[in-house]
Amino acid sequence: MKRHILSHSVGTLLVWFGFAVLLIVAPKVFNQGASLSLLSQMGTLMIFGLSFNMLLGQGGMLSFGHAVYSGLGAFFAVHAMNLAAAGVLTIPVSLIPLVGGLAGMLFGILFGYVTTKKSGTTFSMITLGMVELVFACSLMFPKFFGGEGGISTNRVMGNPFLGITFGPQIEVYYLIAFWLFVSTVAMFAFTHTPLGRMINAVRDNPERAEFIGYDTQWVRYLTLIISAFFAGIAGGLSAINFEIVTAENVSALRSGAVLLFSFIGGIGYFYGPMIGAVAGVFLTVMLSDFTKAWQLYLGIFFIFIVMFAPGGIAGIWASYYRMFKFRKMRQIWPAFWKICCAGLLTVSGAIMAIEMLYQRSLGGDQEPIAKIAGVSLNVFESMPWCIAALLCLIGGVGFFFTQRRFIAVWNSAMAEIEVAILKGDA
Amino acid sequence: MSQFALELKDVRKSFGSAEIIRGASLQVLKGERVAIIGPNGAGKSTLFNLISGRFGISSGEILLNGSSIQGLAPYQINRRGLSRSFQITNIFHRLSVYENLRCAVLWSLGYKYSFWQRLNGLKDVHELANNVMEQIGLQTRRHITAGSLTYAEQRALEIGITVAGGAEVILLDEPTAGMSRSESDAAVELIRKMTIGKTLLMVEHDMSVVFGLADKIAVVVYGEVIACDTPQSIRQNQQVKDAYLGGHAPMENAA
Repeated sequence: MKRHILSHSVGTLLVWFGFAVLLIVAPKVFNQGASLSLLSQMGTLMIFGLSFNMLLGQGGMLSFGHAVYSGLGAFFAVHAMNLAAAGVLTIPVSLIPLVGGLAGMLFGILFGYVTTKKSGTTFSMITLGMVELVFACSLMFPKFFGGEGGISTNRVMGNPFLGITFGPQIEVYYLIAFWLFVSTVAMFAFTHTPLGRMINAVRDNPERAEFIGYDTQWVRYLTLIISAFFAGIAGGLSAINFEIVTAENVSALRSGAVLLFSFIGGIGYFYGPMIGAVAGVFLTVMLSDFTKAWQLYLGIFFIFIVMFAPGGIAGIWASYYRMFKFRKMRQIWPAFWKICCAGLLTVSGAIMAIEMLYQRSLGGDQEPIAKIAGVSLNVFESMPWCIAALLCLIGGVGFFFTQRRFIAVWNSAMAEIEVAILKGDA
Repeated sequence: MSQFALELKDVRKSFGSAEIIRGASLQVLKGERVAIIGPNGAGKSTLFNLISGRFGISSGEILLNGSSIQGLAPYQINRRGLSRSFQITNIFHRLSVYENLRCAVLWSLGYKYSFWQRLNGLKDVHELANNVMEQIGLQTRRHITAGSLTYAEQRALEIGITVAGGAEVILLDEPTAGMSRSESDAAVELIRKMTIGKTLLMVEHDMSVVFGLADKIAVVVYGEVIACDTPQSIRQNQQVKDAYLGGHAPMENAA
């Protein structure tokens, strides 16, 4: 038993070590063009997503206004930087995220007291009201929020410390990586504390939690304050990264984005929002370079996840890992590759049609050529449209016929695993 | 300190214009095991909800260890040493059996809302949770999520959660409802074992369970406690007979 515990903690340490190494080498591996900026964005979004998931995944609190905490944290951070540059404050850039965190926490104490009075749908509604309120305020107090243009700053200020000026993006990346690592460890540790466990209990059954001595409102409130602190850190880092903070940072749009990405990543898993952050940056920043229809794809992808894989990418990964671990991959493989082929055909047909449609309505007669994966297609000819339709048709029919078999095979494999687990434990 | 663990004085409760509890009075001595019986809709579960703070009372007084619990929230009443189970299983279904029990002991061991202590480092929590898990016979189910336990196992866990916090007064709402004969016999043994030295109040329909466990039986009819006495006396009580022979429930047959 002792040995077991020991090896378990060694395993955990290895995961953290691996994470640290990954953070250190990531900019060396992805060293082209804008990848450093993308990595930096992913880092801040990861902290933001993890803090959001403290509420949704661990506490069952669906917040539509989490950007309030990160956004206000960002505003305070940006003002702190400007004050430091003016010589009013003495605070190094590396500690600016802490200013954001404390500001986020302060507003968590303030707003959270109201929002966490209720749970469930009412909680969601109040957070939605809150974010609209703060957003409206951002236009009412232009001195603090900078009006339409926002507040800008310069992160290169004060005396360089050990030659670090935070001018180059790589230095900012490592600052973000450092705070990401610390925040992730702290948030993971939170899930293993009495309060961290009780917020799970309150999520599952608030009434029962009351009858074992816990004030559920207080449990939710404390969790929200801690979550707001980490959201504020993410806000502070984004202020350093972009050197500008606008009203958009406290908007419902931003709040919706973190909900979307966390869900895509998988809210049932601690690391889900981290995957979600990577996917989110890919889907918004990178995909928008390739296609004008990126928001459509993002929406469809989100709906697909919600409907067919509510565990998110992390959930998909976990279930396939389970299949692999229990040696069921061979069993599901024949049905699996067929449904993948069918799905791929449908998707490529759909993408073709969507891209041509966009080109046709936006490009008009002047630009009738849609380029898809290097292939040029004239959107006023009937041939490409026929191909797209055919792809969709073949894929769709194939999907229809393969899905039933796949579901059957999948479910039986799952059932066998369940039995194996029960046997193993008994 | 009062000699009564629990005392109800002319408790009334109305929902809208309907008065469900109409002046219920009851005195439960420390360490006593009282079964509450009565026809369906008599207000037994409502009485439990009032005692545990789920609903507020309209008038009257409820005393726990001699002090009023008027207006207190369920968690405050729980902290004063009263714990309850539910008729419909009420557990943390996405947490494992072990985590369910850990949650149940956290407050009573004084960890409150701590987010600065490592749960796995808390020896006393681990030991107490393990202890209860062994008593309710779910050691082999340790890591199974509570939602996927069998019904009887969930009922056992429910009792475990209720008792784990070390409350002196235990309220069990139909602990054997929906169980087979052998399952309910096992449940009776479990309840007896888990509530040694504690004050027990339970709503129960199964007369063999009632006569097997209770020191006293309280009969609730139309929102009133019409009698509270030893099982023998209750059998002979004319008022009780009338109430039951009035066509509400076949008590004699069941007994």
